[in-house]
Amino acid sequence: MSVSEAISEAGTVMPASQTGEPVLRVDGLTVMVDGEDGSRPVVSDLSFEVRRGETLALAGESGSGKSMTSLAIMGLLPKPAARLAGGRVLLGETDLARLGEAGMRRIRGDRVAMIFQEPMTSLNPVLTIGRQVIEAIQAHEPIGRRQARERAIEALNAVRIPEAESRLSQHPHELSGGMRQRVVIAMALALKPDVLIADEPTTALDVTVQAQILQLLKDLQRDLGTAIILITHDMGVVAETADRVIVLRNGKMVEENAIDVLFAKPREPYTRELLAAVPRMGTSRDRIPDAERRGAAKTLLSAHDLSVRFDLTGGVLGRVNRRVHAVEGISFDIQARETFSLVGESGCGKSTTAKAIAGLVPYEGDLILDGRNIGGLDRAGRKRVRRDIQMIFQDPFASLDSRMTVGDLVREPLDIHDVGKPRERNERVVELFERVGLTADQVRRYPHEFSGGQRQRICIARALALRPKLIVADESVSALDVSVQARVLDLLKELQAEFGIAYLFISHDMAVVETISDRVAVMYLGQIVEMGSCAQIFADPRHPYTRRLIEAVPVPDPNYERAPFIRMTGEIPTPVRKLNDPPERLTLQDVGGGHLVAEEAVRV
Amino acid sequence: MIGYLVRRLLQSILILIGVSIVTYALLYVLPADPARQIAGRSATAETVANIREQLGLNDPFIVQYWRYFLGLLHGDFGRSYLQRTEVADLVAARLPATLLLMLGAIVCELAMGLTMGLVAALRRGTNTDQGLMVVSFVGVSAPQFVTGLLLLYVFAVRLGWFPIGGYGTFSHLVLPSLTLGVLGAGWYSRMMRSSMIDVLRQDYIRTARAKGLKRFVVVFRHALPNAILPVIAMIGIDIGLFMSGIVVVESVFGWPGIGQLAWQAIQRVDIPIIMGVTLVSAIAIVLGNLLADVVAPFIDPRIKLR
Repeated sequence: MSVSEAISEAGTVMPASQTGEPVLRVDGLTVMVDGEDGSRPVVSDLSFEVRRGETLALAGESGSGKSMTSLAIMGLLPKPAARLAGGRVLLGETDLARLGEAGMRRIRGDRVAMIFQEPMTSLNPVLTIGRQVIEAIQAHEPIGRRQARERAIEALNAVRIPEAESRLSQHPHELSGGMRQRVVIAMALALKPDVLIADEPTTALDVTVQAQILQLLKDLQRDLGTAIILITHDMGVVAETADRVIVLRNGKMVEENAIDVLFAKPREPYTRELLAAVPRMGTSRDRIPDAERRGAAKTLLSAHDLSVRFDLTGGVLGRVNRRVHAVEGISFDIQARETFSLVGESGCGKSTTAKAIAGLVPYEGDLILDGRNIGGLDRAGRKRVRRDIQMIFQDPFASLDSRMTVGDLVREPLDIHDVGKPRERNERVVELFERVGLTADQVRRYPHEFSGGQRQRICIARALALRPKLIVADESVSALDVSVQARVLDLLKELQAEFGIAYLFISHDMAVVETISDRVAVMYLGQIVEMGSCAQIFADPRHPYTRRLIEAVPVPDPNYERAPFIRMTGEIPTPVRKLNDPPERLTLQDVGGGHLVAEEAVRV
Repeated sequence: MIGYLVRRLLQSILILIGVSIVTYALLYVLPADPARQIAGRSATAETVANIREQLGLNDPFIVQYWRYFLGLLHGDFGRSYLQRTEVADLVAARLPATLLLMLGAIVCELAMGLTMGLVAALRRGTNTDQGLMVVSFVGVSAPQFVTGLLLLYVFAVRLGWFPIGGYGTFSHLVLPSLTLGVLGAGWYSRMMRSSMIDVLRQDYIRTARAKGLKRFVVVFRHALPNAILPVIAMIGIDIGLFMSGIVVVESVFGWPGIGQLAWQAIQRVDIPIIMGVTLVSAIAIVLGNLLADVVAPFIDPRIKLR
């Protein structure tokens, strides 16, 4: 489908959504989970209804019980740990809570369908797309294979998958995340269910893809009149898609409100806190220019013509025949005490750049730290450099060894680099713990005893242990709830002011980047397409890709009028290329005040 | 795919050459003197020296190995010291019986192991699960001569359902295959159980259930092909395990395969036969692994052979 067709189709106004009779009523829903210390409720006495053509958002942070609610409605609670302890789920006159597995099976996918968070793992890797869509149809309608195939193609067309027919024989791994999520949606909506439960449907997707998927859900809802229960932690997504919102906390309803009322005049303090914590775009415009704030800065790290390429082998002799151009000749400087951000979507090379700087992947080009070229150093020299550059990773659950106490984890860098006497090290650990907002008596505990936010604080303490000059933070707040995220971002800023650290901040989240950065570089396909101060990038984006990234961010304001932007249905081209076919290098041009933009965009 | 096969076959040949060097070195490590063995205890020192000269045993190791290696290329595995026949002929005559036994064992272990593992995973945490795992544990732990003798006693001696030993009909095959397969079945049931439990937790299983598919379809179409992959990879390695098991099982049941041949050869220190059998086993292991790797992409399309 061409771009113009996509727009015209979306522009067609279908009969106004009938927010008529309630299709699903949840009444006093209670879900219990058995844990080590007896069973506890994860959803307690929750009641709500959702009407035809309406989108109801269940919003809340992790542990609020929002996903458990959706699984309870579907009868898919993870047995035997979780069980429905009370309440009714009325679909018309039928109480789904009393239906039993056989009856529930006939409802699932037919009357109530569900889409999930992780498109990468929610399709079966060993079955073709066609088979998975067709079986969803055949599970409920007694039609032949050929007819079901026709219906499957129809369903894939409806979610705007290009070349739908040829996709039927493909396997999930051949499709991108956005395309897979479309397939999941196609399966869910193929039988025109009354209710669609969307559990964090766009959380795992890139922001431009998220915008496409949310728009698609809206369009389909308008055509089919489906009631949607949208489960999300993202208040921006809520503002853009929902008609009504229920805010959940610890399994209980905090507030139920119409969308514009909730954002304009939230009733409950918790809702206000939640909304206040949401990072918003447009904050950089009234910020003091960073140069004035810090005075004349000196360059801490500069990257010259940095490239990272991975060779792929193939053929009879297993020789290199293709190459992944993960990072392709990028150059930038990071000043002392500043926050420099790399933004871009998955596969753009931002994390690979971070790894190259931290010495975790081999690179070409030059990295100069404090006037010394890291590349030419011997073993001991590289070890010294590692002291100056530390990393904080994305997943605080995976980046702490679960068999070590958190105190030992924070102490380990001091041991490795032989800093001070053992007693001094322990004192330093306690100091660090207190500095990041933990207490001294927690050092003997193990990582599993901490929450996600606390663990990320431990990771920060570990990175700080050696008093580095640069901390590389790779998606370090992406996995955290917004309120926790806001506090961790504040902590990072405080530490910067106190210790004079520079951050290389890697993120896909434009709002977070705008909140924390002094300067920003936008990456696309391994190259920088635009670089400048935070205000330059966000207030005056020049490159079309930068604009698309910014425009696609959901705005936590239901009255925000989204400027119609060209919807991309295409895929980002691949960075895998044949040998001797390097990608064309972009040249950056200064458009004033150190605002660098890729030349092709300037000319256009 | 063809490139991959060519490369893997080349690798396999290198491995086999390595094995042949090691087995040939056995001749030197073992205290037995081949010339003395051939000549017999009563032979004079002169006869022994003659034989040694004839066999070229006075040449340096490299020269001897090279001669042996050239022979291998022509399918000449050497001559048995005691039986005075070509090792290649001896092995070839007994190989079909062993292959048949291995096939029977693979069928047994897959049938028992996969079923037990599947049932245990689906009934996880119940008495059925625990019972099956105890059975599999016993299967893994029991030495094969014990399992073999036990099966023989119960099914052949007491019940008389199967012959006590020998070779020829299908019913001769049952007990040896079972004995050889029990060990693998124990392993497979454990692997299958944990693999299946892991797969049943995956997101795509939840998606399949959310589509309203029947439990049977979810288990057999969605879960099983994913869960079976690690087991497939094991079958290749298993052929190696069989080789040691075969020596025991063939002796217990009087099965005329290469295991028995090897056993007799070991007792009489008939080194050329031991070398021949070792080499054939190595070929079987290498081929088994290759086969497992080649089959995998047909089950999981994500696996590309490069």
